[in-house]
Amino acid sequence: MTGIYFDNNATTRVDPVVVEAMLPYFTEQFGNPSSMHSFGNKVGLAIKKARMQVQELLGAEHDSEIIFTSCGTESDSTALLSALKAQPERKEIITTTVEHPAILTLCAYLEKEGYKVHYLKVDGKGRLDLDEYKKLLSDQTAVVSVMWANNETGTFFPVVEMAELANAAGAMFHTDAVQAVGKVPLNLKDTKIDMLSVSGHKLHAPKGIGVLYLKRGTRFRPLLRGGHQERGRRAGTENTTSIVGLGRAAEMAMEAMAFENTEVARLRDKLEAGILAKVPSSFVTGDPSNRLPNTSNIAFEYIEGEAILLLLNKFGIAASSGSACTSGSLEPSHVMRAMGIPYTAAHGTVRFSLSRYSTEAEVDRVIAVVPEIIAQLRKLSPYWDGDKPKAEPDKAFAPTYA
Amino acid sequence: MWDYSDKVKEHFFQPRNAGPLEDANGIGDVGSISCGDALRLMLKVEPETDIILDAHFQTFGCGSAIASSSALTEMIKGKTLDEALKVSNQDIADYLDGLPPEKMHCSVMGREALQAAVANYRGEVWSDDHEEGALVCKCFAVDAVMIEDTIRANNLSSVQDVTNYTKAGGGCSSCHEGIEEILAKVLSERGESFNPGAQPKEEAKPAGMTNLQRIKKIEAVLESVRPQLKRDGGDIELLDVDGKTIYVSMTGACAGCQMEALTLQGIQQKLMEELKEFIKIVPTKAGALTRASCHP
Repeated sequence: MTGIYFDNNATTRVDPVVVEAMLPYFTEQFGNPSSMHSFGNKVGLAIKKARMQVQELLGAEHDSEIIFTSCGTESDSTALLSALKAQPERKEIITTTVEHPAILTLCAYLEKEGYKVHYLKVDGKGRLDLDEYKKLLSDQTAVVSVMWANNETGTFFPVVEMAELANAAGAMFHTDAVQAVGKVPLNLKDTKIDMLSVSGHKLHAPKGIGVLYLKRGTRFRPLLRGGHQERGRRAGTENTTSIVGLGRAAEMAMEAMAFENTEVARLRDKLEAGILAKVPSSFVTGDPSNRLPNTSNIAFEYIEGEAILLLLNKFGIAASSGSACTSGSLEPSHVMRAMGIPYTAAHGTVRFSLSRYSTEAEVDRVIAVVPEIIAQLRKLSPYWDGDKPKAEPDKAFAPTYA
Repeated sequence: MWDYSDKVKEHFFQPRNAGPLEDANGIGDVGSISCGDALRLMLKVEPETDIILDAHFQTFGCGSAIASSSALTEMIKGKTLDEALKVSNQDIADYLDGLPPEKMHCSVMGREALQAAVANYRGEVWSDDHEEGALVCKCFAVDAVMIEDTIRANNLSSVQDVTNYTKAGGGCSSCHEGIEEILAKVLSERGESFNPGAQPKEEAKPAGMTNLQRIKKIEAVLESVRPQLKRDGGDIELLDVDGKTIYVSMTGACAGCQMEALTLQGIQQKLMEELKEFIKIVPTKAGALTRASCHP
């Protein structure tokens, strides 16, 4: 595959080693793990191994705390709906304004069903106010759901501390950790986190496989009922090949953890510094001192993100944007808006997300290409004049709303 | 990634007439920065003849906004103002070989910039009369504001009503939940609640059109697209008309062609514009029906 793939927060390449581990489970080892015969038994053992590999990556106390699901979204829905079903007397949820739609859309639906949802605000760098959080926790709180790392900016939330506070208030704590797992060392057994969502395809395992970590003793109500798979907590025949793949990917992520936090972080920092040095009117969004090692989100003012992505794509560079147009919605990214980033910058945000397969040469190439692209689009912008924004840009161009 | 036509890409990668225009005497600034699309159109008009000698644009926006702006300037250069004002947003989209439904508003913005620039040249003040909402029906590019206004203005109470009046929901039907939500909201304002079993309003027959006139109109539309189909080695035949359902048979190279669904969608659009009502076009081959009506 040629081209430069800097969109690893969207999805990652399945490692060939992972594919190799999976292949036998399509053909020779095709049995149903629930079957009594040896066709099934060997597959059952492979799943057991994968479960332990994931347990190791999460730092979970027991392998039975790992429930395989179909994706991060399923894990999120299962967690929140279970917490509400298990504690019918508690009617409130606490989450943040910058969660992934897997949480926000579900919460909007739950509001219609009569639940009260509190959305924690963030400051200009995407940070939470823990005092606000403490005030909202009460004996009405069924569950708190706060992401470990933001998918757009990479900014971390203090979930370990927040889980302690939730626990003290008698509320369950869930974290959507799909971006963090594999990049941040985890030791769930020493935390008060009750539930955590994992998505395989964010860590070089295939799409269509996820995990819900469920701490032993956490009251649980399944989303899918049926067979006894996953100890009756997630019915449906196991996605055996992908479970095996995720297990192998989890093991590889453990091995690469230090590399992700040193070398990948160094490349990311070089990319970011290189672009900022050459492009005027651009800035990093989120909290650069406390974020994922692979993510850089840069706002290029006075131009629009989809146009940037189309030009990047022409140069074989893949990234993503918070502009409204890339998603077909009428508003730019809710994460950028929550941080108070003005529209003229929010629409021009571009997220570069690296992986351990990213190279120095790729970073150098992107640093060389991006300034040209930005300059080219700014030539078309009604806010731009030569090599700088127009004086008082908001007055220089104030279109009639149409 | 959006499914942009080659023409859109070409106009985006090599925009025509981009940048400021010295001595412009008509300027139109329209768009919405919150939505991420805004455009300044600059015209140089010859006062004696009203002919547009030159047109330039500057756009803050996505690929199709830039392409629509570029196309617009090409289309209006050399025209008189009155001729230029006849350019519709559909003309801009057609010039670009079509735009995705989510992006049709880019062509609308182009047309509005033109109206604003002409008004500016003539010393008038242009004001916009429509508000754009979130796209609900992707098959026919109908937004929430349009649906809400139509429900209110016509006292509608069922999804079928909304489809009859706006076309929204008449295609793949995946937006019916969204339409029901809008209905529920407007109905609660009038102190009613949404009833999924509500009878649609009596369908208003297009004024003064007999069945025969209607069929003749349908034939005329098919006739108008026939040369294009024949050029590609295919043809279309009208088999039957049953209320709002028009049965056709695609023959020759059109039968089973990958573009069949798209072609039918285009014909359906033309028919609806001519008949001024919502209709469904059904190819008679089994299987083709779902494809035609579900193409997003």
